[in-house]
Amino acid sequence: MSETQTTYNYKVVRQFAVMTVIWGIVGMLVGVIIAAQLVWPELVSANVPEFLAPFLSYGRLRPLHTNAVIFAFGGCALFATSYYCVQRTCHTRLFSDGLAAFTFWFWQIVILLAALSLPMGITTGKEYAELEWPIDILITVVWVVYAVVFFGTIAKRKVQHIYVANWFFGAMIIAVALLHLVNSAEIPVLAAPWWSPRSYSLYAGVQDAMIQWWYGHNAVGFFLTAGFLGMMYYFVPKQAGRPIYSYRLSVVHFWALIFTYMWAGPHHLHYTALPDWTQSIGMLFSLILLAPSWGGMINGIMTLSGAWHKLRDDPILKFLVTSLSFYGMSTFEGPMMSIKSVNALSHYTDWTIGHVHSGALGWVAMVSIGSLYYLLPRLFGRKEMYSVKLITAHFWIATIGVVLYIAALWIAGVMQGLMWRSINPDGTLAYSFVESVKYSYPFWQIRVVGGLLFLVGMLIMAYNMFKTIGAGESEDAPVLAPAAHHA
Amino acid sequence: MSDFTSDIWNFYVIGIVVAGIITCIILLWSHGSATFTPGQVTGHKWDETLEEYNNPLPKWWSGLFVLTVVFAIVYLALFPGLGAFGGFLGWTSAEGPNSQWAQETSKAEDALKDTLDAYLAQDLPTLASNSAAMATGKRLFQSYCIQCHASDGKGQPGFPNLTDDNWQFGGEPATIEETIANGRQGVMTPHADLLDAESIKDIANYVLSLSHNPAADANRIIRGQQAFAASDCTNCHGSDAKGSAGVDAAVARAYGAPNLTSGIWLYSSAESTIIEGITNGRQNRMPAWEGFLGKGKVHLLAAYVYSLSH
Repeated sequence: MSETQTTYNYKVVRQFAVMTVIWGIVGMLVGVIIAAQLVWPELVSANVPEFLAPFLSYGRLRPLHTNAVIFAFGGCALFATSYYCVQRTCHTRLFSDGLAAFTFWFWQIVILLAALSLPMGITTGKEYAELEWPIDILITVVWVVYAVVFFGTIAKRKVQHIYVANWFFGAMIIAVALLHLVNSAEIPVLAAPWWSPRSYSLYAGVQDAMIQWWYGHNAVGFFLTAGFLGMMYYFVPKQAGRPIYSYRLSVVHFWALIFTYMWAGPHHLHYTALPDWTQSIGMLFSLILLAPSWGGMINGIMTLSGAWHKLRDDPILKFLVTSLSFYGMSTFEGPMMSIKSVNALSHYTDWTIGHVHSGALGWVAMVSIGSLYYLLPRLFGRKEMYSVKLITAHFWIATIGVVLYIAALWIAGVMQGLMWRSINPDGTLAYSFVESVKYSYPFWQIRVVGGLLFLVGMLIMAYNMFKTIGAGESEDAPVLAPAAHHA
Repeated sequence: MSDFTSDIWNFYVIGIVVAGIITCIILLWSHGSATFTPGQVTGHKWDETLEEYNNPLPKWWSGLFVLTVVFAIVYLALFPGLGAFGGFLGWTSAEGPNSQWAQETSKAEDALKDTLDAYLAQDLPTLASNSAAMATGKRLFQSYCIQCHASDGKGQPGFPNLTDDNWQFGGEPATIEETIANGRQGVMTPHADLLDAESIKDIANYVLSLSHNPAADANRIIRGQQAFAASDCTNCHGSDAKGSAGVDAAVARAYGAPNLTSGIWLYSSAESTIIEGITNGRQNRMPAWEGFLGKGKVHLLAAYVYSLSH
């Protein structure tokens, strides 16, 4: 064996880990800007040269925010942790260093193309799939290479059993490939200039909407849930130093989760032109999804039983356990909101945005942050982060930020839903739409504060990260021999 | 009516939904009955420390899973879901006379019917002084009209101010009501092919001078007046240029041709805006509301609009 074969490939993990923090700051900064634009609509347009204003308008920045936090921040976090986890739990170096490096550089190119094209207004108009066809093709190539590296590593593993975290990462990779290929099927407009590509969706009408939300909901289900459960299944038992609570539970909830999620998309289209039967099925499987989703939370939190005292002074564990609590809360809230009579109140209101952020900030971001704090010192040859106190500070600032954010939007959302359906005795609407906007302002202000706090937490993390990197040196750990005792 | 073009799709949907639910049950049963050794690890070990306990599934968790599956089965018996089978309750969201939508809208219509019928028997000036009627009228206006005419009724460029006494189609009660009921088409014909740019600029300055606007270029007013008279402007705006308020009001009202002497501008008094209007023309549309809102609500809205300027 050559020298490089005796260590894990930490280089690509380091690259993705650092970029996770950078893109997190960028994506969340854009989020704070658009949250502020809702409170002060003229904020940006009045303070930039006129020719810049269209590029920084709410309608163009909003998809930039969602793409940046999901695919740049979340995507880099998934790449970093899955590459780390799959090597260590397969007891072998990554399948190919070259292909792994390819996924890093080309994923960054995808992100940069998104950051250029979305403010230019180049969009397919499909939520979370706004990027135009040339970028879609590039994403497909990167994703296939990712699959080759990941499953190639699984194939050359030195242990017989595949660790549970890898099932979730693997399911994420396969499902996201399927979702991306089907939903982004589009016919390019070849007459469009090369710098401004355009396309038409392959589907029409309500079928297009149905495929879009089959994609949209499973982007949540597989990218933001299955992938991050993979993260949870590695870093929670590692940081807690305890075995996973139940192997059986992980098997049952894994298969139930990946099976059931695929059905849940229609709940995004309640009370629309989608046929009644499709809406019902979407709602029912969303409800059935409750137990499979909670399986992950139980397995994560119960892993700590017998080690609860560690929560007291371990801020990394605080991040991980809090993320699981938010995960449990949002995966309860989701099925409830999919019930048609609840949805009749919540749909199109800020409640939905609040729900998404309790998942995105509370679950996805916090489990990623906790995992990165575990990862960074190990990647840069340190025992722990430069400052553990700053991790604790980050934890409290982020937690207060999330709570402010989602509580404000819950109240605003329920208020909007109630105002919109409120009818006078004479049969007319009690409030015009603009009145519900007016009453939402205070809550939107609280939302800006909450988002700002979360962003401040990320800046603290970046400082802590660069100090850790500065004091450490990049070293790759040697590949461990598998535990010998079991058959 | 079925959503399916052929029965094959009907059975396909039923089959796949039933199979989906059965799959959930099988998943739970097949793994729930495995042999457990609570508190002991399975014997597998990864990355030095990662192990798993061989604990059983929490009972309350399995119970929750079963509960949601049972709920799904009951729901599918009662509501649409199994292909073309509509469920025993016969519920639909929007299809047929007993749909939820039909029931809720007819309930709302019924609630308002007596009130509206009483209002229909009264003329607009009477209604305009009835505060209860105007409260309802205002709410209707806030729902249907403010997108163009703004919440204070003062309009925006291209959409007329309803609070002044300047009317393109006439401000009599019956005319207002007709405007709301059947809609209007306001047309300014384009003149790019009929007049050269200099003449258009002259006319624009003459038009500005009609309302004594100080921005009018004195050097162009006389030439503009001649071009105005020689061109087709007076066909719609009238020989006195007072449009729908002048001597030729009957014709002017057919096209919504405004009074050019009033100093009130639908777009703006900027020379460039006037030139743009003469050069490229304008197309304006007030939608027809009677089919959507019914006679009673249109009558009430007309009274509210009437009240804005009286």
